[in-house]
Amino acid sequence: MFYYIVRRILQLIPVVIGVTLILFLLLYIIPEDPARLILQKGATPEALANLRAKLGIDKPIYVQYWRYMKNLFSGDLGTSYRYQRSVNSILAEHYPYSIKLALAAIIIEIIIGIFTGIISAVKKYSFWDMLATISTTLLVCVPVYWLGMVMQVIFGLKLGLLPMSGYGDGSIRYYIMPALALASVSTAYVARMMRSTMLESLSNDYIVTAYAKGLSQFKVIGKHALKNALIPVVTLIGLDLGSIMGGAILTETVFNWPGVGRTVYLAILQRDAPVVIGGTIVLVMIFVIMNLLVDILYAWLDPRIRFEKKEINV
Amino acid sequence: MHGWIQESGLKKKKLMFEKEKESIGITGEIAEDSYLEKKYSRSSLYKDALKRLRRNKLAMLGLAIVIALILIALFAPLLAPYDPIARIKADSSLAPSSVHLFGTDLLGRDIFSRVIYGSRISIEVGIIAVGISVIIGLFLGALSGYFGNIPDTVIMRIADIFFAFPYILGAIAIMTVLGPGVINIFIAIGILGWASFARIFRSSILTIKNKEYIEAARALGASNYRIITKHIFPNAFAPIIVYATMNIGTAIIVEAALSFLGLGVQPPTAAWGKMLAESLDYIDIAPWMMVFPGLAIVITVLGFVLLGDGLRDAFDPKLR
Repeated sequence: MFYYIVRRILQLIPVVIGVTLILFLLLYIIPEDPARLILQKGATPEALANLRAKLGIDKPIYVQYWRYMKNLFSGDLGTSYRYQRSVNSILAEHYPYSIKLALAAIIIEIIIGIFTGIISAVKKYSFWDMLATISTTLLVCVPVYWLGMVMQVIFGLKLGLLPMSGYGDGSIRYYIMPALALASVSTAYVARMMRSTMLESLSNDYIVTAYAKGLSQFKVIGKHALKNALIPVVTLIGLDLGSIMGGAILTETVFNWPGVGRTVYLAILQRDAPVVIGGTIVLVMIFVIMNLLVDILYAWLDPRIRFEKKEINV
Repeated sequence: MHGWIQESGLKKKKLMFEKEKESIGITGEIAEDSYLEKKYSRSSLYKDALKRLRRNKLAMLGLAIVIALILIALFAPLLAPYDPIARIKADSSLAPSSVHLFGTDLLGRDIFSRVIYGSRISIEVGIIAVGISVIIGLFLGALSGYFGNIPDTVIMRIADIFFAFPYILGAIAIMTVLGPGVINIFIAIGILGWASFARIFRSSILTIKNKEYIEAARALGASNYRIITKHIFPNAFAPIIVYATMNIGTAIIVEAALSFLGLGVQPPTAAWGKMLAESLDYIDIAPWMMVFPGLAIVITVLGFVLLGDGLRDAFDPKLR
């Protein structure tokens, strides 16, 4: 187990280096001079040159990359070109909002997704199963931001039940619409997965035995079937926490949510490279670490994975 | 009674058998063997799959949507009642009516015509971008799976890096660098999607590579190129087709998202994501501006998802 974890962590290193390298190269190609961004129009050539030297952007790209990586490993993400503040403090300011929204979305995903899946499986081919199958199929096809807009029109404008956008005073009413939009696609996937694993679990012999013993349906489903059916679903949810953080850009933009997704998006429009690279690296790190944790959990549950010498990535 | 039905069924079968023999050009006294030979040599994995696909109603619905969309995109100029970019000042932000089926936007452009023309961008992006992903993925997946060792390790580690990027985030980053425009969308989505295809193709190759018939081909002196194109490729192609179909839906959603964020298709070109972005500020006074392009995206993606699901079931009935 220990060796498995070490191996997986070692495998992460090239991924993290690759991600930073690609981002760095991408933003290096942007034909925009950061010095001009900072000093605005009318700056003297000397002032620009001085600033470039101070920022280190007059050096060749590999020197810049090396310096960036050195700072990164000591936890320093650089300074924003636009705001003259450290990227760390900007991200630290916006991250709590994103994490809160992501958690709200995950809670919705767990409750609605698992419940829908169980109902679908237990009442297979019933009206509710059909309804759930149709709505999960449709939900996967709906763009998150459009779903957000439709909700804004219905619940915000027409019915006036919920605030249109923003974080407001942080009360639960502000969370409902963005969290639902953010959770929509994942909830559909969880419900589908739950349905199929539950069906598989219900077809086992020990379920028949449990019924034969005279246990109530509630007990058979809740105690015997659900436990085994949950494992793959929990994995899916674990992986989702990472992708939800990355996918928050659109939701946060539509709902004006002050999270890190919107911050990165605004930084892209403003060509604020350090914020873009820093924000993306942190998002990717969360995604990668969640994947790692899920893999370790899986290896712990299933010894065959641990002892696989030469793994085949499929 | 029962026996009679069986017998008549048998008769019917015999009759069909005779007819079928005629239809494939075997008449008279030619031995049954040659008929069977002809019949079974023609049926293959793909034919069986097609047969299963035809029986799947949802998949057929998906196929109908996809075909209808392609026709709409091709014949957009004939179908659209108005010029999609012509502004008619007097007709600004009209609600849907018999004159303007889906209403007009703030600049007086006919939304129905814009939705029809918008299908062109979506279909183009879906097919070309996924095509780019498939080509890169097949090439690198073949290198990786067939040769193993160092090429395999390097390519799969690069694939890991691409998997670590959330799709939208990666697309946004690339579009920022390349600048907006349709061609750049092809490139951005195409580049981001290759890793899954490489993995699928690689794993197909790994399972096929050690089969006896490949060994036999090699023993007969077939070259690497011949083995890959003639023996491995046809057998590994089914999962690629399935995944590509599903991915077209994703590509269309990402394109719409990019255009929505202002990084994709530029005005005045009609694209569904762009139309949604334009409607964002007017959802209170002109909600029809957002309803129809959104529905168009949902129906399009649904078509590809249903077709993809159907293809998956058709190629691998065990997965059902």
